[in-house]
Amino acid sequence: MSLEQFKDRNVMQNYTYIPVDNPPVEPIEKFKQVVKRTFKGELFVGLWVVFREMVRFNIHTVKYPMEKLPISPRYRAVHKLYRLLESGNERCIGCGLCEKICIANCIRMDTRYDENQRKEVTEYTINLGRCIFCGYCAEVCPELAIVHGQRYENASEQRAHFVLRDDILTPLDFLKEGKQEEFDGFGAVSPNADERIKKTPLAY
Amino acid sequence: MTLTGFIIATVIKILVVLGVISALAGFGTYLERKVLAFMQRRLGPMHVGPYGVLQVAADGIKLFTKEDIVPQNSVKPIFKIAPIIGAATAFIALAAVPLLPEFEIFGITIHPIIADINVGVLFVLGVMASGLFAPLLAGMASSNKWGMLGAARTAIQLLSYEVVTGLSILAPLMLVGSLSLIDINNYQSGGFTDWIVWSQPVAFILFLIAGFAETNRTPFDLLEHEAEIVSGYATEYSGMRWGMFFIGEYANMITLGFLASLIFLGGFNDWGFIPGGLAIVLKVSFLFFFFLWTRAAWPHIRPDQLMWLCWKVLMPIAVINVVVTGIVMMM
Repeated sequence: MSLEQFKDRNVMQNYTYIPVDNPPVEPIEKFKQVVKRTFKGELFVGLWVVFREMVRFNIHTVKYPMEKLPISPRYRAVHKLYRLLESGNERCIGCGLCEKICIANCIRMDTRYDENQRKEVTEYTINLGRCIFCGYCAEVCPELAIVHGQRYENASEQRAHFVLRDDILTPLDFLKEGKQEEFDGFGAVSPNADERIKKTPLAY
Repeated sequence: MTLTGFIIATVIKILVVLGVISALAGFGTYLERKVLAFMQRRLGPMHVGPYGVLQVAADGIKLFTKEDIVPQNSVKPIFKIAPIIGAATAFIALAAVPLLPEFEIFGITIHPIIADINVGVLFVLGVMASGLFAPLLAGMASSNKWGMLGAARTAIQLLSYEVVTGLSILAPLMLVGSLSLIDINNYQSGGFTDWIVWSQPVAFILFLIAGFAETNRTPFDLLEHEAEIVSGYATEYSGMRWGMFFIGEYANMITLGFLASLIFLGGFNDWGFIPGGLAIVLKVSFLFFFFLWTRAAWPHIRPDQLMWLCWKVLMPIAVINVVVTGIVMMM
């Protein structure tokens, strides 16, 4: 697609005009139209179509709370905070990039240096009442620590429920069972990342 | 049969008809929702009972326990009595309809008709026509502009289509020479080829079209056209009062199904190997299904198109049909 085509904002460009006959004016023409429509059997076409659909029984209903439609792996729902697979420590290094980039200003974090002079995240909250699920935090995170999950049913009785860190952080027992699946959605490393990596100039 | 026995038998028949038909009317709502859903690739009610068959019970509980609101500026006695007219006329009309062929139980021959009067057709059509007072009074009494519009549409639609019903049914009545539904049924006792629909196909189509208008079903569902006038005459009604309109509408559909089967489709005569009782149930079921079928397939029409259809098309055809029938009978 050329740039010219791409920038053409005229939405009518793909429309097809269906020719409509001028309504009849003469009484005899009106009468002919009525007779034509009466004996054309269009009403029976309608009856046949709905009857065919009933007999085919091709039901499209999804009984929502019991069954759900699959969603894309790149779907951006409630965030998850991941842990390192071996040690179980949090992946988050407290760099604060997500807090900086968040355009809805909904991420807040508090960090301190622990006894080994490593950054440790003490507080991490996402105000989901404010979050617009743009995905910038997941995209900017250098450690794949914050990602978007698939949990889109986030109705709640209290606003306080929208900020809980414990909710989005992978539980330890869950991690031990190996249930923390690597995220391949928004901001994740692409499947062929290894091939695309170029060695630094010093190596060759 | 003594007078006491006659009274007891009649009361029992009334109770049975009332119970069975209102139960069928309730079940009809379930069928309607299911059939419409299947035709639109949906599932319909699924959660109450197996495949949702007890949805009627859930709806009934809801209707009974809903708050019964009577609007402040309404004419209260008329507002309250209108739904009763709707349900009552629908059931009274069934009194002169023979529902099944005669059968014997405990050695007693039962005539499944409450009152075998010799002007059956006239009575049924008259009572069904007086049912138009229900939406008319309801709409006018509820002090609501949508109700008012619904009432106005009742007046034009039901009154106009009474003419077509009467004229279309006149031609078969001329053939039979009797207004009793049992006589009309016996006239067609010769089997499939004796059905009046073969000698009066135009009258049958006209009667069906007028029947759709009389029971205000789609495509002539103008009285409570949801897309235009909220709910028409029933806008201000809630709870059981609204439910009575609904039961009346479904009972009317069943009555009309019986009328069409008795007058045009051979009634409860044996149909090949099918016994008469089953035959009429099948015919009424098909006509009921046809009501739902058209609702899924056809769009509503405008009031002016409705009037145009009635006075400029259907009524002349009905008159011509009567005249042609008369000429053929004289020759």
